[in-house]
Amino acid sequence: MTLRIDITHSLGGFTLDTCFEAGPGVTAIFGRSGAGKTTLINAVAGVIAPDSGRITFGSDTLFDVRTNVPPHKRQMGYVFQDARLFPHMSVAKNLDYAVRFAAQRPQGAQRNDVIELLGLGPLLSRAPHDLSGGEKQRVALGRALLSRPRALLMDEPLAALDAARKDAILPYLERLKSTAPALPILYVSHALDEVARLADNIVVLSQGKVAAQGPIFDVLSDPNAVPLLGVRQAGAVVCATVVDHGTEGLSTLRTSAGTMTLPGVQAAIGSTVRLRILAQDVILSPRKPEGLSTANVLPVTVTTIKTGIGPGAAVGLLAGTDRLLTRIPAPAIKDLNIKPGTSCYALINATSVAPSSIGR
Amino acid sequence: MMTLDAASWDALGLSLLVASTATLCALPLALWVAWLLARGTFKGKALLNAIVHLPLVLPPVVTGYILLIVFGRNGPVGHLLDSVFGITLAFKWTGAVLAAVIMGFPLMVRAMRLAIEAVDPKLEVAARTLGAPPLAVFSTVTLPLILPGVLAGAVMGFAKALGEFGATITFVANIPGQTQTLPSAIYAFLQVPGGEDRAIALVLWACLIAFAAVALSEWLAHRVAQRIQGQTQA
Repeated sequence: MTLRIDITHSLGGFTLDTCFEAGPGVTAIFGRSGAGKTTLINAVAGVIAPDSGRITFGSDTLFDVRTNVPPHKRQMGYVFQDARLFPHMSVAKNLDYAVRFAAQRPQGAQRNDVIELLGLGPLLSRAPHDLSGGEKQRVALGRALLSRPRALLMDEPLAALDAARKDAILPYLERLKSTAPALPILYVSHALDEVARLADNIVVLSQGKVAAQGPIFDVLSDPNAVPLLGVRQAGAVVCATVVDHGTEGLSTLRTSAGTMTLPGVQAAIGSTVRLRILAQDVILSPRKPEGLSTANVLPVTVTTIKTGIGPGAAVGLLAGTDRLLTRIPAPAIKDLNIKPGTSCYALINATSVAPSSIGR
Repeated sequence: MMTLDAASWDALGLSLLVASTATLCALPLALWVAWLLARGTFKGKALLNAIVHLPLVLPPVVTGYILLIVFGRNGPVGHLLDSVFGITLAFKWTGAVLAAVIMGFPLMVRAMRLAIEAVDPKLEVAARTLGAPPLAVFSTVTLPLILPGVLAGAVMGFAKALGEFGATITFVANIPGQTQTLPSAIYAFLQVPGGEDRAIALVLWACLIAFAAVALSEWLAHRVAQRIQGQTQA
């Protein structure tokens, strides 16, 4: 089932004017604060009515000129940035609340599955005010899932959490993705590391307009999207298979272009992980370098060059079947004589790949 | 010292009857008006707020006189009630109930409005997205959270009804056995020589009832808090 959103809504300084589709899997709505992300997701939930446009889910119209389905009939699960657990109910009662009002009541087994999936068992008898921020968000997610939603809306669910709690909750979201692959999930975020780990598709909002959209691997490795994503945050996502865990805490991973050695990889041998490789951590060399401290050298082909981003240029690279992105100083384009089609080598600084950038 | 004669018992019983009836009648209406004032966005909200608060600032005798003009047997509303429904309010215990409702109303609305304003509307939005229709959201989320405020409002209304004097005596007079409430009985006893003993006995009873009402409300509020906590422990 696909969510189609084509709406306009005037906000303080600009007009939200978006048109995109979100099918099964995670579609990230990415943009800086004030780009209209929350307004957009609120319109999908039915919490606000946009000025005009049309929102449909499959063949079901949620909003248009004549229709405005109220939020309690939309069956859109919503996980808010502030968990919004009911303070007068225990965790178990919060979950049961969703069961009670679900359009199709989940069976007891499904309730147990959600509790199991999110590790809520030990929390059931606790009161919301006794929970940590991360625990609250897990309960809020479980509650939204137990309402048996047709799609899940998540509004910066990790934004209020510190880095450690974020890392603790991200695996649960990855598990949710693999247990419910058919569920469309709209995931609002301004943190590219979360998006890179979770999203299948990305919609980049800028000043209320869709500035870029497409599969996550395409958009994040597109040099033209660098200004939208932020020069420092820009970086491609690469799939890799874990081959071996070494003794020094370094693991060997296989990508389509060759093997890489990285620290802090938690995944089991044989499993596939996503690596987010920041553009600023990739160095280009025309010859195969020898005697360098980094072990990660991949042969690549230059695909796209985008100049005019500050003093640097963004260069798109093809490494095997994966795409990489690098930032080089603008004069280096001439010095190295690179143009689309040039073969060269990408040096990737191994220690700069943070554990939070490695996900399933 | 606390022994009462028949007239005093009548006044005490009538006061309790009037105050309880007034509180029960005013409760749902006060809750609705408190909701409108806390959450509503409509024209004339300021006017509604002013009208609700009017009895708090007007001299009670003025309120009583207005009631007499409007609800008296020849008043526009009183005449209608009398001819259509056969209901008379002026100089009846039911009129004392009406006076108590009107005088206690602003206090009840105030307590409930504060409680409603303290509830985060975001919680109600969350309940809606989980599939709960608006009325269910009110009864399952809003009402449990404002219950202590509703109780506080009810106790305020009851206390005000019990002590109401000016509007009551103006609207329904001071007829022993019919409209003589506890305060008007005390007032009447003090008007006759040697009535102090009877007055003091009633004063002591008034103190006792006031004390019991506060204790009851505290106990109820505690029970509510416990139930809310208890749900989290169950």
